[in-house]
This record gives sequence, C-alpha cells and structure tokens, in this order.
Amino acid sequence: MSREPLIFEISAATKKSFALPELDIPEKKDALAGLPVRVGIPGFPQVSEVEVVRHFTRLSQANFCIDTSFYPLGSCTMKYNPKINERIAALPDFQGSHPYAPQDLIQGNLEVLKTLEDCLTEITGMDAITLQPSAGAHGELVGMMLVRACLEDRGDPRKIVLIPDSAHGTNPSSAHICGYRVQEVKSNQSGTIDLDALSQEMTGEVAALMITNPNTLGVFEWDILKICEIVHTKGGLVYMDGANMNALVGKFRPGDMGIDVIHLNLHKTFSTPHGGGGPGSGPVGVKKHLEPFLPVPIVQKGEAGYRLDFSRPKSIGRVRSFHGNFLVMLRALAYIHTLGAAGLKEAAEIAVLNSNYIRKSLEGVYHLKYASPTLHECVFSDKLQKERGILNIDIAKRLIDYGLHPPTMSFPLIVPGALMIEPTETESRRDLDQFIEAMKAIAREAVETPEVLKSAPHFAPVRRLDETAAARNPVLRWEGPKG
Amino acid sequence: MSYISLSDQDKKEMLDRIGVSSLDDLFCCLPDEIRLKKELRLPPPLTEPELVRHFEALGRKNKEHSHLSFLGAGAYRHHIPFIVDYLSSRGEFISPYTPYQPEVSQGTLQVIFEYQTLVCQLTGLEISNASLYEGASAAAEAVLMAERIKGRPRILVAGSVHPQYREVIGTYVKNLAIQVEEVGYDDKGQVDIESLKRQIDNGTSAVICQSPNFLGVVENLDRLSEVAHQNQALFIVVVAEAASLGILQSPGAAGADIVAGEGQSFGLPLSFGGPYLGFMACRKEFLRQFPGRIAGETKDVEGKRGFVLTLSTREQHIRREKATSNICTNQAWCALRATIFLETMGQGGMRELAYQNIQKANYALDRLSAIKGVKRKFGGPVFNEFVLEFERGYKKAADHLLSNGILGGLALGPFYPGLKNCALFCVTEVHSKADIDRLAGLVAEAIR
Repeated sequence: MSREPLIFEISAATKKSFALPELDIPEKKDALAGLPVRVGIPGFPQVSEVEVVRHFTRLSQANFCIDTSFYPLGSCTMKYNPKINERIAALPDFQGSHPYAPQDLIQGNLEVLKTLEDCLTEITGMDAITLQPSAGAHGELVGMMLVRACLEDRGDPRKIVLIPDSAHGTNPSSAHICGYRVQEVKSNQSGTIDLDALSQEMTGEVAALMITNPNTLGVFEWDILKICEIVHTKGGLVYMDGANMNALVGKFRPGDMGIDVIHLNLHKTFSTPHGGGGPGSGPVGVKKHLEPFLPVPIVQKGEAGYRLDFSRPKSIGRVRSFHGNFLVMLRALAYIHTLGAAGLKEAAEIAVLNSNYIRKSLEGVYHLKYASPTLHECVFSDKLQKERGILNIDIAKRLIDYGLHPPTMSFPLIVPGALMIEPTETESRRDLDQFIEAMKAIAREAVETPEVLKSAPHFAPVRRLDETAAARNPVLRWEGPKG
Repeated sequence: MSYISLSDQDKKEMLDRIGVSSLDDLFCCLPDEIRLKKELRLPPPLTEPELVRHFEALGRKNKEHSHLSFLGAGAYRHHIPFIVDYLSSRGEFISPYTPYQPEVSQGTLQVIFEYQTLVCQLTGLEISNASLYEGASAAAEAVLMAERIKGRPRILVAGSVHPQYREVIGTYVKNLAIQVEEVGYDDKGQVDIESLKRQIDNGTSAVICQSPNFLGVVENLDRLSEVAHQNQALFIVVVAEAASLGILQSPGAAGADIVAGEGQSFGLPLSFGGPYLGFMACRKEFLRQFPGRIAGETKDVEGKRGFVLTLSTREQHIRREKATSNICTNQAWCALRATIFLETMGQGGMRELAYQNIQKANYALDRLSAIKGVKRKFGGPVFNEFVLEFERGYKKAADHLLSNGILGGLALGPFYPGLKNCALFCVTEVHSKADIDRLAGLVAEAIR
C-alpha cells in the first residue's frame, strides 16, 4: 500500500482554492493601512477540492475505529456512538447559536443544560452538577479546585492529596495544579485500597483522597463506606474519578457511597464519540457543601424561564470560555433520552457481563495478577508469555493482524506488562468470541512462532513504528521539500 | 431503544460460562446497603422518531436562528465549506480514540502532524501541540508554561485580553504562586505601552496580550515584544479570532515566544460556545515545558514514513504530578475540522477571507460611525470587530435592533465599567452589503 503524501507535498501555488463571493461593498483602498500585513504564509498549502476529499478519505481508511472493529481500550469505554445523536447535534437551532445571545432567545439551550444536569444529578446521587469542564482531566482539575475552595472556606486548605498507586496519571497532575502535594497509597493484595495504610496516612494535613471506583483493575472498592468514613472523620473530602461509571449506572450511585465530588466522562459512559482524542466533556457532581463553589455560570429555572446565574460569590470562577462543550452535552442527553432508566441500567449490566465473559474465557491463557471479582473491565498481563520473551506490546501488535484494536497497554502501573480490556455493552457475542479466539491463537503463537509476534503487525498500513527515534530526534512539523 | 447486541440465548450461555445464574450475581461483591433499590427517575425512553421530534421542539425554543447577528467577542460566524462537515463526519474519524496504537491510527496521526504544521505556519512559531480545549484554557496553559520556564512570580496581562480568558487565567493560577496584574489600554484601544514599561520588572515571567484584542483593535506586537524581552520576560500572544492570521503579520514574526488561541473560526460552528479548539505554539527551545499531546514523524521497520504520539515523558500518564499539564483527552476532532478547513481554503482562500473581513468591518464602521450620536471609540486599526460609543447609551439601539430581528453588538458595560455606553460589533464575510446597510439604517432610526 502506498502511503498518502502530506498535503504540503501535493500543493502548488496556482491551484484553485475555495471561492468566496466577490466583495459586494465598495472596496476601501486604504483598509490595510496601519495594519501589520504579512507577505504570505510560507509553506501553506494550496490544493484542489477533489484532492482534499481524496486525501482525507484515504487517511480515514488508515484508522481502526468503533464503526469497523472491536476496540476494547480499557478505561476508555469505547462503546458504539449512536448515529442519530450526530444528527441532533447538527440541528441548526443549536449549531448556529452564539454563546453571547440574549438569554430570552436561547431558552432551548438552557433547557438542554438544565435537563442534563438533572439527569446526571439523579444518576450520580449528587446534589448539583457543573457541565463546564471540557474533558475528564479538566473535570478532575475542577473537582480538586472545589475541594480546595471548600477547605479554604473552612479555614485550612491543607497540603496533601492521597492517590492510590493504581490511579490514572491525570489524578496526581490535577492535584498538583491545585497546589497540593501528592502522596501515594499502596494497594493491597486484592488490588484495592489498604484500609490500614489509608488510616495511617489520613492525617489532618490531608485535603482529599482521589479514588477511582470501580478502580483501574475493574475491581469495586468494596470498603468504600469505610474508606469515606476514615477520610471524613479526619476532616478530608473524597473525590471520585468517574471514568469507570459505565459499570455502575442504575445500580450504584457515588452519592450514596459518601463521595463528596465526582467527575463523569460524557464521551465514555454516555456514548459521545471520542473523535480520535476529543472533544470530551467532564461534568462534575458535588454534594451540598461544595455547591457554593461551582464554576460560574449556573443555570436556574425561574418563573420567567431559564436564567444563567453569574452572581455566586464563593465560586472558583470560570475554568473555560462560555458554557462547556455544548454539542457533546446534547449528544449525551439524546443518549440518556433514548435509553431511559432501564436501558442505562441494562447497559451497565451487559458491560459487566461482556467483560466477565472475556475474563473467564482467557483465564489461564493469560496471567491475571489479581483474583478479585471485576466489573466492566479486566486486566491481564504478559507474565506467562514473557518467559518466552513475548511482551504485551507484541501481543497488542499481533491483535492488529487479526483485525482487532489492542487493549490499553502497560496501565495500571501496578500490573507489569498490563493488557487492560474493556469490551463495553454494545459488542456482539460474535465480536467477543473473535477477540477471545484471537487472544488464544496469539498465546499459541507465542510458544510456536514467537518471531511472528515480535515482528507484528504484518497487515497494517505501516509496520511497527520506531517510537524511540521519534522522541530522540523530534520532527514535529513538515519543514519543506527534502533534499 | 437499546444498543445491546446480545440475544437472550447469548446472555444465558455467557452467564453459564462465567458460572453465575443472573446478571445481578455479577455485582454480588458490592455492598448491599448502597445498592440502588429503585429505578432512576429519568425521562421515559424515546424511539428515534420521538427523539428527533423532541430535540427539534427544544431547538425551536431557541429564537436566535432567525436573527441577523453582529455578535463576535470570541465566537465568530464564518462560512464553513461543505466538505468540512462531509469529511469530518466519517466514522473512521469520529469513532476512534487517542492514537495509542499508531500502526492502526495513521489517519488521525497524519492529520495531527499536518495540523501542527499549519498552526506553525500561521503563528510563525516552530512547534505546535495536537490541540487544547479552547482559547481561554489555552491562554491559562501558556501562563503556567511561562512560569515553569521563568520561575518568576508575576505575569502582566493586557486588560484588552478577552474578559473570560482573563477570568480563566485567574482561576488556574489561584492556587499557585503566580500573581496576575493587568495593564490598561490607551485611546487607540491598544496596550498602554507607558503603563507596561512602569509595571514590568525582573519579577515578571511574561507579558500577555491579545491581537486583535477584545476591543477589536490590532496590537502593535513588535513594540510589546521589545518591552517584554528587554526585561527578559516571555511574550505571549493570544489570538481569539484566528481568521486574522490569514493576513496579519504572524505573532512569531513579531517576537512572540508562545501563541495560544481559539481555532473556532477554522470550520467550527458557533455551537453555543463549544466544542471549540484551543491551539498553542511556541519556540523550539521550550519543547520540554510544552503541554499537551504532540505527533512526530518516524519510520517503521521497513523504513516507511509514519507518525506517532511522541515526547510523552512531558505528560501526565508518565510524569504524573510533574507533568507539564494534566490534559489527556483534547479536541482532536475539532483539530481535524480545522485541518480540513485550512487545506480547503488554502493560502489564497485564507488571505481572501481575512481581507474580506477587514473590508466589510471597515465598511460597517464607516457607515455606523457616520451616524450622529454614534462614534468610533478607538482609533487603532481593526480586523473584523470594532467598538462604537452611543452618546445616549446603547440600550435603545440594541432594543430597536432586536425588535427588528437583529442581534446588534455586545454591550461592553458588564465587562468594562468605563465603556458602559459602548458595544462591540462583529462583521465578517457572511454579512452582505444589504445586511450592513440595514443595520446602519436601524441604528440611525433608533437614536434619531
């Protein structure tokens, strides 16, 4: 397969570009006077429309995606993205709406925001929601800002945030931006938080515990009530990373567990497309005592309709411009409307069923470090194959040859050589079985023909890429014709 | 409606293989006292026809669409070539995630690489990341980056930077040892250079301005850059109206060290404020302090060119609390749209687009400021926005416009107490001469 050139390599200055209508006003000759005008944009492409269409169509064909294949990236909840939601997000009444339009003219938008807030409040069991954060990590940041604001209001923001060693890297990074020192809490042999260790580390200096539940092993922190009690007794708050909420919807609510603040990922649990890496949306839910600190503005429903409330003296302020990723919220609301309470609960149950089916089918074939029961995902490792020099990356790359997207690799950090598998609820039995059979075949290949794995993938648009060279000698943009 | 693909038979056989008798058994390890005993109280499920009807009705509660609008202020209406929607809606672009497996993500990765190149070309800087959330948080990331590089406690932000961007910067630095001080603007609507010279000192990490600024005025970047650099501070330029880069001198050429901006004008609809596209570029020497994902070129084992995410040792999944940012999911699909937009417009199209914006804004400015009782507030050169001062207040004109189906400019009183009779108007290539003439006619009528 010949590689698609960079657009810059097929550009020529005299090709016709997109045509705008002729200026219909009298041209002002000195309009550019006083402006610092550039001569041109060196290297900027100039290509025909048909070239653009072929370029992007061919590029798209070099991607694996949910619409073509099983995509079991653990921790990412790669479920099917309903197509009708794209249509709804494209309705001109929403798409053409300006963020500074007078509130009387955007009652539909405000109703969307309020309805989604109400739904998410009910789903999480929290008391209030902000929809402003742009993605999960942004939600974490907001969550920790809220923690800090609340504790400051009580007189002492404290210094430390406790984070389990199995946590996503965004957790410590978000806590750090809020001015906190991060202290790691070791997991026990079940892969969950060690209560004794937590009790010891939970001092009056600790602002919060950041917990993921179910955690990144897919294991529910079954001591969650005790965990929250330990933290609360010492005056701290419990933040929950809701990345794995897909396992719980309709079955368990963070608000009923003692969680003070949680973020959700609309692009995971609520099926909005991942877009190749965003846009996401990371709403944050809080209990009553954190509500005064939520970012501005807040949507209120009053007698004269919906209103944006900007006057909240204790608010942490804005964390981004305007009202968040509105079209992402619209898709998530459409998803909630489509499934309803029963459908959402069924999604959680089937996500857990599919994951356990894979787990059961691959037990013994791949090593499972923790025997604890798991929910929506399971984490195997390369331990059995490693004896023959086969690493998780070899297994992952070989899966590509079977037409399957590999699981998340090398995370969580507490499982060396991890392969983290999250099938989600939307997969068919046939797709699950294909994955299971491919994984079994690869385990056999690891014994019989290990070189096939080492040199995989063999049937992808490119062969294995040299990531070390890319980092050692960074080429981060096209610089001009070579040679 | 459900998106489950299992038959009842499948479920039964799968439960059998797992060795449990019901779906509930799969949750048996969870504490019973917190198990939800009732169904969630949510609206009843809707089929596709009902869903479409429901959202169309909700959309109709928005009464904005029928209006002719002159609102800008960080969110701009530009024509979006049809192929942007057409190509970006392909499932292969919408439904994958971050390209963690480069061998099956070359489409996404090459798009990011091209996007990074386009951003570098437009901003005149050496490196770009794969995108950030939107303009305001991109500006805040630039501030955090400047502090990491310089380690000095203060930053100076022009008061003419978008008010929401300044708010977000304030929120981000609140818990860190960074003080933010504002620098005023002069009669031309540009950064008051004398104030800047007085305020800057050797404790200043960076000077941040926006161009074109929130008052619509294009800044004299060369001059500001000189003052910043004389004091060994970094010079950060925020671009909220990226269409201006098609014709205006690049911030990099004027000496900017970091450019952070909003890419909404590159093929993203207004969408009530999001999703938009944060972009960021900087000088190569700051690479190790640069936030966000970055794609780089490499080769496969057969020597074929390919692209990967690279330099991840800056990022949170490796460096955890020492990372250059906490960002993970960004705005890849918005960056894809921007890439399609920019490559479709081409160099000629981008320049023409920018030129038409300048021409139309000037035409509107001349028409409106000729009305008695209305005057141009600032003398500085404009791109596609300008501030008008209404001798007897803006409200009367705004109300009259609204009752005639026009959204006039944004009243500036709430943002700048000193500009309480002023409004910020935006005119782009989508406005026809007739639209502008109608606006001017109604304003004249209102304040007669």
